Amino acid sequence: MQPIVSITNLSKTYASGHQALKNLNLDIARGEILALLGPNGAGKTTLISIICGIVNATEGSVTVDGHDIVTDYRITRSMIGLVPQELTLGAFDTVWNTLCFSRGLFGKKPDHAYLEQLLKDLSLWEKKDSELMTLSGGMKRRVLIGKALVHEPAILFLDEPTAGVDVELRKDMWALVRRLRETGVTIILTTHYIDEAEEIADRVGVINNGELLLVDDKHALMHKLGKRQLIVELDQVAESIPDVLLPWALDLSADGLQLSYTYDPHNTHTGINELLQAIGAAGLLLKDIKTTQSTLEEIFVSLVKS
Amino acid sequence: MNTCAIRVIYKYEMLRAWDTMLQSFVSPVISTALYFVVFGSAIGSRIESVEGVPYGSFIVPGLMMLVLLTQSIANASFGIYFPKFTGTIYEVMSAPISFFEILVGYVGAAATKSFIIGLIILATAGFFVPLQIAHPVWMMGFLILTCITFSLFGFIIGLWATNFEKLQLIPMLVITPLVFLGGSFYSVNMLPPAWQTATFFNPVVYLISGFRWSFFEVSDVSVGLSLVMVLAFLGICLFIVWRMFKTGYRLKQ
Repeated sequence: MQPIVSITNLSKTYASGHQALKNLNLDIARGEILALLGPNGAGKTTLISIICGIVNATEGSVTVDGHDIVTDYRITRSMIGLVPQELTLGAFDTVWNTLCFSRGLFGKKPDHAYLEQLLKDLSLWEKKDSELMTLSGGMKRRVLIGKALVHEPAILFLDEPTAGVDVELRKDMWALVRRLRETGVTIILTTHYIDEAEEIADRVGVINNGELLLVDDKHALMHKLGKRQLIVELDQVAESIPDVLLPWALDLSADGLQLSYTYDPHNTHTGINELLQAIGAAGLLLKDIKTTQSTLEEIFVSLVKS
Repeated sequence: MNTCAIRVIYKYEMLRAWDTMLQSFVSPVISTALYFVVFGSAIGSRIESVEGVPYGSFIVPGLMMLVLLTQSIANASFGIYFPKFTGTIYEVMSAPISFFEILVGYVGAAATKSFIIGLIILATAGFFVPLQIAHPVWMMGFLILTCITFSLFGFIIGLWATNFEKLQLIPMLVITPLVFLGGSFYSVNMLPPAWQTATFFNPVVYLISGFRWSFFEVSDVSVGLSLVMVLAFLGICLFIVWRMFKTGYRLKQ
């Protein structure tokens, strides 16, 4: 199936000389949730801004549903909704008026029934006549989402949607994203919260210094790069690792009560059986055994540092 | 053509003027009344007439131009600068709307506001001095052209400005002196020959002269030249805006 967004050799160098994107290539599938992970200044917002028409690319091209974002900007932009990172809203507008304004910009007349349903979905219906400056930060964030959805886009960009919001709102936001996906909306979100990507994304892309380091299915990514650790808790303090255990490259905790063995679970021979036998032979008494899986956060840190 | 988008931008800008009615409409009227009190009554009583026109009436076109120019620039520059300042410009930039449509929305609203203010000032002047309009069609033509041209100029300033100081810089340091020295309250013929020559380098002279001619058939330069100068300035503003949009100047990085 043709990707809904196709990015080819995209580069961006700002007037200051800062190269924000370096020859980036990416295809985004229709209906998926793609999380773009990266530290601050990685180029995530620049990428989104180019696709939405806010920033000019220096080189490369982007198509949305097969249409070029420069020559066919009316078609591509009408398919896209954008929730910016900052709470950029006029102070004196009412919630209802600001939604009507946004819908009008996309060439659509106010649709009372749709707007009412949208505000109800965002728990903003009671606030429809309130001035924006009277709303809380969380409500303003929801208004921004409403403005992005008001023209019924097929693609939604969420730039750091849960930055600075409380846990409850964050979970509400995730639920909303899932509901939108069920209606067929393609969602691209940038975040530096790993758990957010882990929780809601289908695919994860990692950007650092303007380069797309990798993009893969979330589970495949964890499968490929996720290391597993066997943690062996000892009944008595071990002063050092016995010589017979050296082949396993174990780590001994500072208190001498824990041995860690890192292994690849996909290997046919993990070496765990032999390790446990060797520990017994070395005269160490076991208290407990557990295994842990690398999180996306650990994978992300290892990618960015490498 | 995304006419719906033009309409919402235009309506939004007009509502902003309505919400700040005192500042937008009442303030220029009060200023005009004060000018009539000071120039018309206090000073005007000592000047019988200028080129056969009573002084109080003579200053009406210049006074209208003074307010029109400052209001057109202020309205249009603030209209585009404020969304840039708050960051809300992102939704205009990411909408399926051309630069021409953005221009029509913002400049159209600013010019409309100035036009309304111009008519209010004209009506206010009618309470203070006897008025005649010899060529109403020309008067309306100059009024509309001035509103559009200087709203365009204000739009350019709004795009160029990176802070509130810059927003005020050109209107305060360039436009206001040019209007005051452009024959708003006097005829250029009243100046010594050397100053007359210098004055003709001031583009506002042609604007005021043409506008005054439409009222009293009295002018410092021919009406044709006035019209050419206004149209030339309009052309220059359009060219600058076109270049700014083409390069994404201060809008797209």
